[in-house]
Amino acid sequence: MKYLEEFRDPELARRLLDDIHGIAKGQWVLMEVCGGQTHSLIRNGIDTLLPDAIELIHGPGCPVCVTPLEVIDKALRIAAQPNVTFCSFGDMLRVPGSGEDLFTVRSGGGDVRIVYSPLDAVKIARDNPAREVVFFGIGFETTAPANAMAVVQAKRLGLKNFSMLVSHVLVPPALDAIMSSPHTRVNGFLAAGHVCSVMGYWQYEPLAQRFRVPIVVTGFEPLDLLQGIRMAVRQLEEGRYEVENAYARAVTREGNVPAQKLLSEVFEVTPRKWRGIGEIPNSGWGLSSAYREFDAAIRFDVTDINTVEPAICRSGDVLQGLIKPNECPAFGKECTPRKPLGATMVSSEGACAAYYQYGRFVSLESIG
Amino acid sequence: MDGWVCPLPLRDHPNVILGHGGGGKLSSELVEHIFLPAFRNDALQNLGDSAVVHIGGQRLAMSTDSFVVRPLFFPGGSIGELAINGTVNDLAMSGATPLYLSVGFIVEEGLPIATLGTIVERMAAAARAAGVDLVTGDTKVVDKGHGDGLYVNTTGIGLIPPGVNIAPQNARPGDVVIVSGSLGDHGMAVMSVREGLEFETQIVSDSAPLNGLVAALLNVTPHIHVLRDPTRGGAASSLNEIAKASGAGIVLEERAIPVKPAVRAACELLGMDPLYVANEGKLIAMVPREYADAVLEAMRAHVFGAEATIIGQVVESHRGVVVAKTGIGGTRVVDMQIGEQLPRIC
Repeated sequence: MKYLEEFRDPELARRLLDDIHGIAKGQWVLMEVCGGQTHSLIRNGIDTLLPDAIELIHGPGCPVCVTPLEVIDKALRIAAQPNVTFCSFGDMLRVPGSGEDLFTVRSGGGDVRIVYSPLDAVKIARDNPAREVVFFGIGFETTAPANAMAVVQAKRLGLKNFSMLVSHVLVPPALDAIMSSPHTRVNGFLAAGHVCSVMGYWQYEPLAQRFRVPIVVTGFEPLDLLQGIRMAVRQLEEGRYEVENAYARAVTREGNVPAQKLLSEVFEVTPRKWRGIGEIPNSGWGLSSAYREFDAAIRFDVTDINTVEPAICRSGDVLQGLIKPNECPAFGKECTPRKPLGATMVSSEGACAAYYQYGRFVSLESIG
Repeated sequence: MDGWVCPLPLRDHPNVILGHGGGGKLSSELVEHIFLPAFRNDALQNLGDSAVVHIGGQRLAMSTDSFVVRPLFFPGGSIGELAINGTVNDLAMSGATPLYLSVGFIVEEGLPIATLGTIVERMAAAARAAGVDLVTGDTKVVDKGHGDGLYVNTTGIGLIPPGVNIAPQNARPGDVVIVSGSLGDHGMAVMSVREGLEFETQIVSDSAPLNGLVAALLNVTPHIHVLRDPTRGGAASSLNEIAKASGAGIVLEERAIPVKPAVRAACELLGMDPLYVANEGKLIAMVPREYADAVLEAMRAHVFGAEATIIGQVVESHRGVVVAKTGIGGTRVVDMQIGEQLPRIC
């Protein structure tokens, strides 16, 4: 486990925590942008170790959570067709659309498969020319390069039976929307390290300046997160607002330039609806005109589907950091991971699911 | 079945989904809402790995299990060894000495006879190793396309020695939680071949009969409170079931939980938690603290318990809930999984 245990060392964690406790004087609200960070923070109990003055709130960075209801409904309609093999990453199968989820479609006879890479879906298409193979291409800038590569590969192979239902979302416009809200409580961001490993962090610099908000590029291991929190708190205490990189082992300012080139060839920026938030301008990627023939939404004629969120769900407020998951009246009652109402309870990385999974039943103080 | 109404309908899913077989909450719900109300009786009610019944003054343990693993062969074993060891272990977890097994084969048309022969030979070897006899059986052949080659069911009976009372209800504050070795080996071994994932080190299933190990434990003291083999749903599900059945709280020391580096790496890659991954040759024991050292020593002297270690304790607080002290000193709740663990998107 080289390069992993090093970032979970309890002694170093203790030193970082002591440092944070020493630095923090004011009351600060930090948003971890990515669901993976939320998961790691709670899984490692970091939230139980920080000073009370530092409040962590959870951002919109869970790809499963923010995929709009109507896209799920499109996926469900496509997957239920008899000639379709519908391929998806595993955790999308449990996400309910307006009625059912992909697991239900599968139990009703639909050919729904879990794959570990979009290239696996291309291979299935190549091996099964009589079937229409569709890949569910969702996620942030992290999953986009592999999805782009799959489409390029399908084109190179001349596959006529492969397509992708694409609903990519982009982080910087979401941060812009959060900070533009008059209700925002965010004092600083822990930016998602893996997004930045692809895209770099230069795009975050104008945001930090415009909103006078520190943004620290942060990884996912306990020490990464503690280091990111320490850097963000230090900036806040010193009155600075810069983009800093606490994940230099994976991230550069420029990011992965060949990946970016591939992305700009295959995708084009579009407005995108976010589940629980609504539409954010220029916040998504769809297939560019050169690759539109691979657009499953057009091929299967599901562009007409339009769906509305349940009214009682406040996941949009959770995703924007306006409330904590357990402050939603439906949390743990009408809404549980078994029967999720909203985006954030759906995925294991969603803030509500993470709260439910790791801490709902007992007050953490009582554990000691 | 006309007029039959499900007493507590499972509202979320009108049809059975894969998660109902995942060993998590959905599985429990099938048992609690469908099977228990229909079959209710005292022996069933305990929901142990095996039922304990009284016949002619003897206490018999009885257990059944079906094996639907895909592929039929994987690193460290096959469906054959699993079918023997699985039922032997379920019997052993009530402290019984397993004696006789039945076997039912559901074979898909087209399965090569040579494959069936190899699996049967491996079953025979596993039965010899576990000291049990296969005394009755049944074979059905189903149409091509209606099975993954072969499904196997085994049912077993064994005798429980006098003075032994092992059940999930018996966990008591003050007990230590011991695990017999590394967690997650079987689940990740099967997943790595099923999904064509390649890791630097091959992950091998831990499939093994645990009746010898249990006998060694009972040799130290009959006062073992709980034994459980954490198969589907992994250690987290077993511990939650024990916490729920006994009404006690459980605290785990996360750093003490043994997980092989290759298994940990594979879990990291797929976004899975080894606490929820299946095992086929490990047991969890809850033992009064005064016997802990002697029990550990006996386990470590046995081939299937060489890496036995204490991973936590049973406590008075947070009753019915499993909590982990994390590696960096925080705390978290270890809840039961809903259905199956799913690989994360990123």
